[in-house]
Amino acid sequence: MSVTQDQFRRAMLDPAAPVPDGLLDGADRPAGRRFNVYRNNVAVSLTEAMRTGFPVITRLLGQQNMDGLSGLFLRAHPPASPLMMHYGAEFPAFLEGMEQLSHLPYLADVARLELALRRSYHAADAAPLAPEALGAADPEALMQSGLTLVPAAILLRSPWPVHAIWRFNTEPGAPKPTSGAQDVLITRPEFDPIPVLLPPGGADWIAALMDGHSIGDAHTRAQDAAADFDLATTLGLMLQGGALRSLITKKD
Amino acid sequence: MLDTTHDTLPARAGVGYKPQHFSQILDTPGAVRWLEIHAENYMGDGGRPLAQLRHLAERFPISVHGVGLSIGGETRLDPDHLARLKTLVGWLNPASFSEHLAWSTHDSHFFNDLLPLPYTDATLTRVADHIDEVQEVLGRRMLLENPSSYLAFDESTWSEPEFLAEISRRTGCGLLLDVNNVFVSATNLGFSPQGYMDAFALDKVGEIHLGGHDEDTDDHGAPLLIDSHGRAVVDPVWALLDHTLAKSGPKPVLVEWDTDVPDWPVLEAEAQRAARALSLVTA
Amino acid sequence: MSNTVKTLAVAGAVAAALAGTTTGVEAQSKEKCYGVSLAGQNDCAAGPGTTCAGTSTVDYQGNAWTLVDAGTCADIDLPALADGTARHGSLEPLDRDLPA
Repeated sequence: MSVTQDQFRRAMLDPAAPVPDGLLDGADRPAGRRFNVYRNNVAVSLTEAMRTGFPVITRLLGQQNMDGLSGLFLRAHPPASPLMMHYGAEFPAFLEGMEQLSHLPYLADVARLELALRRSYHAADAAPLAPEALGAADPEALMQSGLTLVPAAILLRSPWPVHAIWRFNTEPGAPKPTSGAQDVLITRPEFDPIPVLLPPGGADWIAALMDGHSIGDAHTRAQDAAADFDLATTLGLMLQGGALRSLITKKD
Repeated sequence: MLDTTHDTLPARAGVGYKPQHFSQILDTPGAVRWLEIHAENYMGDGGRPLAQLRHLAERFPISVHGVGLSIGGETRLDPDHLARLKTLVGWLNPASFSEHLAWSTHDSHFFNDLLPLPYTDATLTRVADHIDEVQEVLGRRMLLENPSSYLAFDESTWSEPEFLAEISRRTGCGLLLDVNNVFVSATNLGFSPQGYMDAFALDKVGEIHLGGHDEDTDDHGAPLLIDSHGRAVVDPVWALLDHTLAKSGPKPVLVEWDTDVPDWPVLEAEAQRAARALSLVTA
Repeated sequence: MSNTVKTLAVAGAVAAALAGTTTGVEAQSKEKCYGVSLAGQNDCAAGPGTTCAGTSTVDYQGNAWTLVDAGTCADIDLPALADGTARHGSLEPLDRDLPA
């Protein structure tokens, strides 16, 4: 009697399934609950991975809810690769699909923020743009130039106050979130990612730069989106966080 | 490639590296002369993990220990994962690379556990082919580790020591002998751990592992040990190490502690004990 | 706004941003690797890692789940959006949530 890895896998993820025939203890008796060691190893290690990967969602829901949800999630979405650091990419969409959580519609974006923080932590190193390069540029040329971001800088836009929710669950004494959309730029000045709250229009300016628009065009777009767009504050946050990679000067 | 001069693991004590121990390892390494990392945790693109590893590699020989290659998998090795491994090993130029006699990936799903294999001719051919491929891609010899067993396959026709010796003979790979795994498997399946060691190809062993285990029972009340790496190594496993070293001569000995990771002095004390065991052995 | 005015506005903003920026941080020193800035939180930031160990924790009956009252979400009261969709580009005033 041979046991295929497909049979093993199916029985491992389905607690109600019988233990495959052909698995024994040391005395040629059926393996019985010895098989549960593998069921536990997989379920517990992936449940712990979810808890580690989504600490704010775990706080928001409480660990009992999070572990229960993880039990469902890990069976629907086992890791697609052995790089556990990125496990849970499908979790935001999974949360959006859970009817029991429909009264907490902000959860998915908070999960997206937590995934983005992990991506930033493991992103490639890149020397940030020296601020002097901006200062030295001719103003007319600067308007025509583009800016690229370092790999660790990640933009996240949400109709929910994701930054306030994140702070409320990670910083002692942080204020209770109130409603309102929030845009976040994750920066990684050294090795620790920081979610930075962007002022109105800031995300529009950064998104336009990421789409390849010039500093001048991006400014127009940001002002169209938010009349009170504050470039100095937005740019200051980016420079402080080492979020800019290079200045792309237009070649005439 | 990093400019390191650590070509081989020394026959001294090492520990599995945990990021929370970074500064103490550099400041007060004590008996610890080399470190082991899990390959997959250093396959990100940058940031603190790789920066820490660069600093550690300047001071210590590093063993890269893979947990996700699924060498015993029924399907082909994941070419993307093999490429990532080649990148890491090519950059770090570690003193050793090892993986497990196990499978963990099926249908592109990774289960984050080391799953067991039947010891048959078909498995042997498949595992040997996969090891040939790994050694060719990496351009270096690898070590293959014996698993912890919680059950046996009715279809198995090889004993584990003979199976591993034959894989080593066919592929030229070395072996990583986990003494705690032998103790766990021997208890769980009712064989003699000393007999296992006597049958093992000790001349092929390039590294020894030690770790702690938990105790449970099976349906019949028989002891069922779980390879948890969550506590100190128990005395019978230290005794089995002495038995093994007396026959094998000195080998690099690693203490693994992966869950409920203790403060550095506790882990370093385990390394001291391994160093004492090594000091009693003559080459 | 004329192009000249806009150019001056952008140049002024760039100058203001530069004035508020401190530089000269040496990257990747050993001390930075320790992660002292967020002591104890670095492992969380790294996310989950691999395992080659087993567990004696029993928890594999994971096919059903019911929400129980727990967690901090009970402390957060956010009115649902009228249309339930994202409102990108029409952000609510953010001033009250900006760090002082």
